[in-house]
Amino acid sequence: MRKFKEFIVEKLILICGLFCILVVVLIFIFLLKEGLTLFKTVPLSHFLFGKNWYPISEPAQFGILPLILGSLLVTVGAAIISIPIGVGCAIYIAEVAPLKTKEILKAGIELLAAIPSVVLGFIGMITLVPWIKTIFKLPTGLTALSGSIMLAFMAMPTIVSIAEDALYSVPKSYKEGALALGATRWQTIWRVELSAASSGILAAVMLGIGRVIGETMAVMMITGNSAVIPTSILEPVRTLTATIAAEMGEAVVGSEHYFALFAIGIVLFLISFAINVTADMFLHKK
Amino acid sequence: MRNPRRTEKIAFFFLFLATLLIVIPVGLIVVIIIQKGLPAINWQFLSDMPRQGMRSGGIFPAIVGTIYLVLGAIIFALPIGLLAAIYLSEYSKDNFLTRIIKLAIVNLAGVPSVVYGLFGLALFVVFFKFGASILSGALTLGIMILPIIITASREALESVPDSFREVSLSLGASKWQTIRHIVLPNAIPGILTGTILGLGRAAGETAPILFTVAAFYLPRLPKSIFDQVMALPYHLYVISTQVPNVDEKIRYGTALVLLALVLFMNLIAIIIRYQFRKRKKW
Repeated sequence: MRKFKEFIVEKLILICGLFCILVVVLIFIFLLKEGLTLFKTVPLSHFLFGKNWYPISEPAQFGILPLILGSLLVTVGAAIISIPIGVGCAIYIAEVAPLKTKEILKAGIELLAAIPSVVLGFIGMITLVPWIKTIFKLPTGLTALSGSIMLAFMAMPTIVSIAEDALYSVPKSYKEGALALGATRWQTIWRVELSAASSGILAAVMLGIGRVIGETMAVMMITGNSAVIPTSILEPVRTLTATIAAEMGEAVVGSEHYFALFAIGIVLFLISFAINVTADMFLHKK
Repeated sequence: MRNPRRTEKIAFFFLFLATLLIVIPVGLIVVIIIQKGLPAINWQFLSDMPRQGMRSGGIFPAIVGTIYLVLGAIIFALPIGLLAAIYLSEYSKDNFLTRIIKLAIVNLAGVPSVVYGLFGLALFVVFFKFGASILSGALTLGIMILPIIITASREALESVPDSFREVSLSLGASKWQTIRHIVLPNAIPGILTGTILGLGRAAGETAPILFTVAAFYLPRLPKSIFDQVMALPYHLYVISTQVPNVDEKIRYGTALVLLALVLFMNLIAIIIRYQFRKRKKW
């Protein structure tokens, strides 16, 4: 009887493990099922490289190039801001800060990670957007730059905590060796620890960028949502994620528009898949 | 540049500056929301229905909706997540299947939240015909927080020393008895921390509930799990972008309630973790 119970429990536990695989597969299948239907009527090249996103005009055009470029622009901007600040902060927390400060800073970073994106978007709308408008004398402050700045704050907690872990796990003997040879603390950090932790820091940066690409609400609230090919960082843009979130409510289930939004979902899923698998490889490189 | 001491001073100054650049804005965000939101908070705001197209009245249905969604998500995700974590930490061998499961979890953690929304729409709302309902929304959120719960629980289970398991097994306990009576009780604080962090995440996310449950304006409480509800994060989005002329106080008040809810959960998680570290016996 006990053996039998043991057997049932073990199988149940295995099934729950397998459930994770099932979910990933299901997500992909359902995105494909709905998204691929679009390509019966719209060729793949028109979808990926089409310059016009007019989902509800007659005839509708489903070119996502402006959306891809919008996402790219916002993401690159956020990366430029968040990588130096995030890695710098991680080094400060891991190597420089005294123990008490360290604990407080870590809690602060966790706090930032916990703030819901819609709250950050709200704060961005009310503070950042008017500033950008006045500083650059623009007709509207809802620009790619505003999105980049706000998204940088969403990438930073990820970058800081994973990079800090990577620095922390560098063997103490490396540091002691360098210091014993007469290197200053900064020389030790710069020449020894950063290179020893490089793959972990790279993974941190990638996961941070992954978070930025997938971010939806804050972007939708502060980048202005105009689906045209951007020529400057001070123009409104629209990202892949914001397009889905903004339009799915109005798209009729089973319409071309509905399928096109799922096709965008496939693109996002593939991007995040690639980023996560690569970052995972860097993290577990021994 | 030739003076290494001075270089070090300059470098450390910049590192400190980077840290300030993160800490100060975070502090400002929290302070601004508290300062401007607090005047809006009173019993009526928390317990009343929204009125006049959300331009006055309270946010009670949104609070209730968020609580329902979060509870639903956790009821679904905790058992599955915990058992999956037990599998990974106690039963799995280092083989292909285990690697695939781990990869799947890494991926789930990275899927953009709006893609979860699409998935929930396609599977729960359309395919299973649950419609836009609490059930669809809670299941979507549950799947989204699954990787958080699994990762945290697994870490907690794996940090229980092997000697605990060996002693139990050598006394004649079966594997499941060992897990049930020895490993799990010692891992509970870690599991609890992960669960609460998952709750916080579910409470704050908007994109997954956009098309699966969230109602624009629904000034009554849901009667069953097949009803739509309002939810705090979506409500904040709606009153700050979709509805013109909403009093700023109401927006800040809603933001404050949401922020307080999420930060409160995180605070509890941090306290549990801290207490546990202090008391750790091994």
